[in-house]
Amino acid sequence: MGSNNNTLVKLKNVGYHQNDKWLVKGVSLEVEKGKIVTLIGPNGSGKSTTAKIALGIYKKIEGEVEKYTNKVGYVPQKVSIDWTLPLRVNDFMVLTENLKDDAINEALSLTGVVHLKNKNLGNLSGGEFQRVLLARAISKKPELLVLDEPVQGVDFTGEIALYELIKKISDDLNCGILLISHDLHTVMSATDHVVCLNGHVCCSGSPIDVAKNMEYKALFGEQASQILSVYEHRHDHVHSSEGDIKKN
Amino acid sequence: MFDDFFIRALIAGIGVALVTGPLGCFVVWRRLSYFGDTLAHSALLGVTIAYSFELNIAVSVFLVSSIIALFLIQLQKKTNLPGDALLGLLAHSSLAVGLVVIGFLAFIRFDIMGLLFGDILAVTVNDLIIIWFGGALILLVLKLIWKPLFASTVNYELAEAEGLNPDRAKAIFTILMAAIIAISIKMVGLLLITGMLIIPAAMARNISDNPQKMVLFSIIGGLLSVIIGLFSSLEFNTASGPSIITASLVLFILSLLKIKQSIQLKN
Repeated sequence: MGSNNNTLVKLKNVGYHQNDKWLVKGVSLEVEKGKIVTLIGPNGSGKSTTAKIALGIYKKIEGEVEKYTNKVGYVPQKVSIDWTLPLRVNDFMVLTENLKDDAINEALSLTGVVHLKNKNLGNLSGGEFQRVLLARAISKKPELLVLDEPVQGVDFTGEIALYELIKKISDDLNCGILLISHDLHTVMSATDHVVCLNGHVCCSGSPIDVAKNMEYKALFGEQASQILSVYEHRHDHVHSSEGDIKKN
Repeated sequence: MFDDFFIRALIAGIGVALVTGPLGCFVVWRRLSYFGDTLAHSALLGVTIAYSFELNIAVSVFLVSSIIALFLIQLQKKTNLPGDALLGLLAHSSLAVGLVVIGFLAFIRFDIMGLLFGDILAVTVNDLIIIWFGGALILLVLKLIWKPLFASTVNYELAEAEGLNPDRAKAIFTILMAAIIAISIKMVGLLLITGMLIIPAAMARNISDNPQKMVLFSIIGGLLSVIIGLFSSLEFNTASGPSIITASLVLFILSLLKIKQSIQLKN
């Protein structure tokens, strides 16, 4: 893995421990411009930890992180907004970056929630909030997007639409994406590189390589490799939130 | 019409309210009310040191409160005690040490009630300068760290991941807390300063649906509390601090009516 000027972030044999327990160890990976890297693995396998190491949230780590960009968009796995803080969607959108109204509207439209702009964050449903989180992360046109289970709680048709959107963003902005999913269904054909974690890197490669890997099968079972192949076909149409069908 | 001392108190109070408004919102959002109490209690130690060495009270209080705050951060890192136990430890021990030192300063006539509850008679022109210049400085610094501080208040990891350096903003905010306590101690008294920070902000929360509005209403609430409180303090010959805080409590109770209305609307 030689780094070139397309590299956005590179982890070299990183690890992190908390209370004498290693959450993750010996992980190496690289996210490049325009590429999608997906982390999969069972609960507690260190996916979110790896993402936080890449983002620089965890600082006392083993190994090395090389980061070549400061324009980062992040969708954390868990965000709880305190009721003591009155916050509308619009206020949340400008949290880390001053954006023009147009940019806010554009991002919210892309994830299908522009009508919620003046709603209080506390009144959104789980799926709506997730769409707002994604809109916020992409609105600043980042070079690196880190998405930790970005579609949790989103309905099934919405889930497919959002993954199509993530693929589109990666193409349009030419940004690198580090995607985390506990759901094997979501490891789509769009992913360039899959890293399968289980406290360490259990295997990695293209989605097809990983699906064929014996360790992967041992971890997730025989069925899992079939799920992956099911998702290899490209969707030729999408359903918008209004219910009409658009051809790609 | 009004005596000079009253005009001075009014100008001082308005200056204090302009600063406690926005800072108080952060105290409420970040759940720092007990932290504010701890700094305020440690202010007594600052005052006694000021008397002992003939220093300016505001400067001495600022330094002592800042040191206590930094000490607290160190203790949090090094011990396994919960945050509230550490706060209680520092609050009560610095209050106790302050009172013991007062015992040794028997040769100075001490207005302990004024210190604890505020004394409008005590506000000098010098104090006005400290309040307005200090207050302007606090607001300026707060404006500079607003983005990282606010973002990390909403979500620390988002702020850290997207490069806003929330730890630095938090440390600076701690210093600002020490500074506001230092400049408002004469007006409100050290037992009630946290009330001045929290109650107008809590009132503002009841009638706001976004952060900017909450800050604005918190400032307005503070200003009204100071004006109403000081006039009633003059009228009824009560201590200034309790009068101001009581006025803010009345405003808070009035703001509850608004909550009741919006709950009825939802149903």
